[in-house]
Amino acid sequence: MSELSHDELERYQRHLSLPQFGEAAQVKLKEARVLVIGAGGLGCPALQYLAAAGVGTLGVMDFDTVDRSNLQRQILFNEADVGKIKAEVAAARLRKMNPSIEVLSIAERLNVENAIELFGNFDVIVDGSDNFITRYLVNDACVLAEKPLIYGAIYTFQGQVSVFNFKGGPTYRCLFAEPPDPKDALSCSEIGVVGVLPGLIGTLQATETIKVITGVGEPLSGSLLMWDVLTMKQQMIRFSRNPVASAVTELKEIDYACEVENETSGPLEIEVAEFCDWIADGRPLQVLDVREDWERAMARIDSVHIPLGEFVNGTADPFSAGLKTDVPTVVYCASGVRSLRAADILMNNHEFHSVWSLSGGINAWAQSGELVIFS
Amino acid sequence: MTIQLYYFAILQDQRGLSEEQLELESQTAGDLYDKLKSLHGFTLSQDALRLSVNQQFVGWDTVIHDGDEVVFIPPVSGG
Repeated sequence: MSELSHDELERYQRHLSLPQFGEAAQVKLKEARVLVIGAGGLGCPALQYLAAAGVGTLGVMDFDTVDRSNLQRQILFNEADVGKIKAEVAAARLRKMNPSIEVLSIAERLNVENAIELFGNFDVIVDGSDNFITRYLVNDACVLAEKPLIYGAIYTFQGQVSVFNFKGGPTYRCLFAEPPDPKDALSCSEIGVVGVLPGLIGTLQATETIKVITGVGEPLSGSLLMWDVLTMKQQMIRFSRNPVASAVTELKEIDYACEVENETSGPLEIEVAEFCDWIADGRPLQVLDVREDWERAMARIDSVHIPLGEFVNGTADPFSAGLKTDVPTVVYCASGVRSLRAADILMNNHEFHSVWSLSGGINAWAQSGELVIFS
Repeated sequence: MTIQLYYFAILQDQRGLSEEQLELESQTAGDLYDKLKSLHGFTLSQDALRLSVNQQFVGWDTVIHDGDEVVFIPPVSGG
């Protein structure tokens, strides 16, 4: 008697006829519980292939809603889903793809309180998140909960894949012991990415997940695969466990905004409400937008415009743009990350006296109901 | 001696190319990176990066030899 139903035997034929795979591996998939953090560019393709492959229980964790700008790469969603909760939409679509599996939708943000208990309910964790804070939290919780972590990350045309914490192997902290300085850590919502890239990397993560669960093949433990799709060149770089870096005793909150504020020489952040008060009070102010042209074309706050790239490559000329070093300056971008970097450069390279970065950027500004100029 | 150098992520953006061959004297990877940093205006310091020589992650005091393949790797977080 097979442990697979008639429907399952039919559905997974092409797995069952693989000599290295067979029914034993398929049953392991059926019994496996996999949690995917983030139903975004990486999470969508990973989830699709894991559902199709017959992973018995799939957790989809994402607190966010579908944005139209996600549709270029997040292939579980369509136009009608804009504004809906990602975890729910993704789970519904996966259940339709494969009714024989259980799909759990978890529309929550991963944090130091919920991570370890949540991970305890799964066998393998797949990281499809889009920021360093979550990535370090996922790594540390996997170490404490003793779960293998399938890692993938992308940047413009390049991706990285590895398997961490697998059978005593190295962890993310063995590669990069600590999160980067906030000003070096732009998130993917600000950096462009070719839509098919997370498709490739997320699919590799699904492949590694299946290998870890079934024991078929050699998972990428102790190897970092780097893939540049512009040249199609790959690098496979070996690394070993660093006992000091990989030791995790507890989960710690990483608060980027606080770290920056505590640096006496760095720029300060200003909340939307306080910024509005300053405008209402008629305080002398100059406002600088450091986003790209196309972002500014969608919506803007009345401001001078110099894209962050010009500050980074040293071609920015704030003076000919009309800015003055002795007038208080508020810098904004989409979410408040790029503006911190530009504010830092304004203070340190151009000797501006007082510079603030608008916390949460124009997104927070628009959410607060403040007037946004649409061109 | 000649080495093959690969740049990833923001280093590739700041250098304007993904790989190059360099003719240089034997030196540590750290010294090499610092020279390239001031030459090309890289914004990341050594401690924000990892370095691999011949497909193995190594420390900045590693001495570069003729024919080595050197890769500078910033952390990336996109998803």
